[in-house]
Amino acid sequence: MALPNAFALAWALARGRFPGKVLLDALVHLPLVLPPVVTGWLLLLAFGTNGPAGRFLAETLGLTFMFRWTGAALAAAVMALPLMVRAMRLSIEAVDRRLESAARTLGAGPWRTFFSVTLPLAMPGVLAGLVLGFARSIGEFGATITFVSSIPGETRTLPLAIHAALQVPDSESGVVRLAVISVLLSLAALVASEMLARRSGQGMGGQGGDGHVL
Amino acid sequence: MSFEVDITIERGSTRIAAAFSAPERLVALFGPSGAGKTSVLDAVAGLLRPGSGRIAVGDTVLFDSERHINLPPERRACGYVFQDGRLFPHRSVRDNLLYGWRLAPAGRRWMTLSEAVDFLGIGPLLARMPRTLSGGEAQRVAIGRALLRAPRFLLMDEPLSSLDTARRDEIMVVIERIRDELRLPILYVSHDRAEVERLAGTVIAIGG
Repeated sequence: MALPNAFALAWALARGRFPGKVLLDALVHLPLVLPPVVTGWLLLLAFGTNGPAGRFLAETLGLTFMFRWTGAALAAAVMALPLMVRAMRLSIEAVDRRLESAARTLGAGPWRTFFSVTLPLAMPGVLAGLVLGFARSIGEFGATITFVSSIPGETRTLPLAIHAALQVPDSESGVVRLAVISVLLSLAALVASEMLARRSGQGMGGQGGDGHVL
Repeated sequence: MSFEVDITIERGSTRIAAAFSAPERLVALFGPSGAGKTSVLDAVAGLLRPGSGRIAVGDTVLFDSERHINLPPERRACGYVFQDGRLFPHRSVRDNLLYGWRLAPAGRRWMTLSEAVDFLGIGPLLARMPRTLSGGEAQRVAIGRALLRAPRFLLMDEPLSSLDTARRDEIMVVIERIRDELRLPILYVSHDRAEVERLAGTVIAIGG
């Protein structure tokens, strides 16, 4: 769900020229620097039962977030957004626009140019952003627990489960198991994103820098 | 078929004015670097919108500010050979060549892949990726891609400038054959007087 939004934001920030671009840029990056608890509280205000966005979505789509897995997903998406947008924006900016004009003179309209030239060339960065965002959202703790609490089987994410297990005496084996899963997932995500970024550097014939996303 | 161009282009603080009408098959725009020759080609290709004026090739009006005509680049049926090649790095030579050919209406195509490959002598390159090509090879592929797009005319922006002397002569011969055998009108940009005098029927001086 976060992917199309992140890509649209990345596109706007990379290619758009509009008033308030700096403000949008800052807003997207806010969850990266804000204490997660504050982000969670802001989500609570906006998407809670009495929040403006929460009420609107409940009335139009029947979608509620409070103390449900949807809320945990929303918190994770918001927290992952800055990382995803960053990686995608860099990859969109690295696409040589002269190749796009070449495609236009060869008979491709704007949409075909986007799908046959721009998107394939930006794809490694988009995938890297997706992987990073995935890893970030798995690790999300503060915003989730503030927004939707920690309910077993509903909003108890991996770090919340570890935290809960730590509160209980003699539960080391459970903690170790969860921690190992967490380390493996994060490691896999980092390796995958780094490999994708390397491949994008090669695909551009080496002109796109060394392609690190972090 | 003739080129009729009468345009002004605002580019930052500089203003480029170009007006010419030439019936020859190969028309050269000649002038020093930075005079705006490439801008004129971009305007004919539809990549750059002139401030005002009119561009027509043959009896097709591509741009007319007074009649509010401005065909998008993909509908101008022009083959553009760029100074820097601009081959798609993520596609093989074969897919680069066929990119425009696949998009052209079947009835308008006048060259097949194998004809273009024979014409340019690029058979052994088809499976390669663009980044493995030498400058001369890449420029041949770029010319082939422009020809296969089924153009009614060609735009060439200093196609020899990135090549050494021996390769220059090879590509020069290719351009002469396009002019004489394929009988395709060409608008050719260069800052090299010898090149222009060898190739062109009409020379238009830009700037300087």
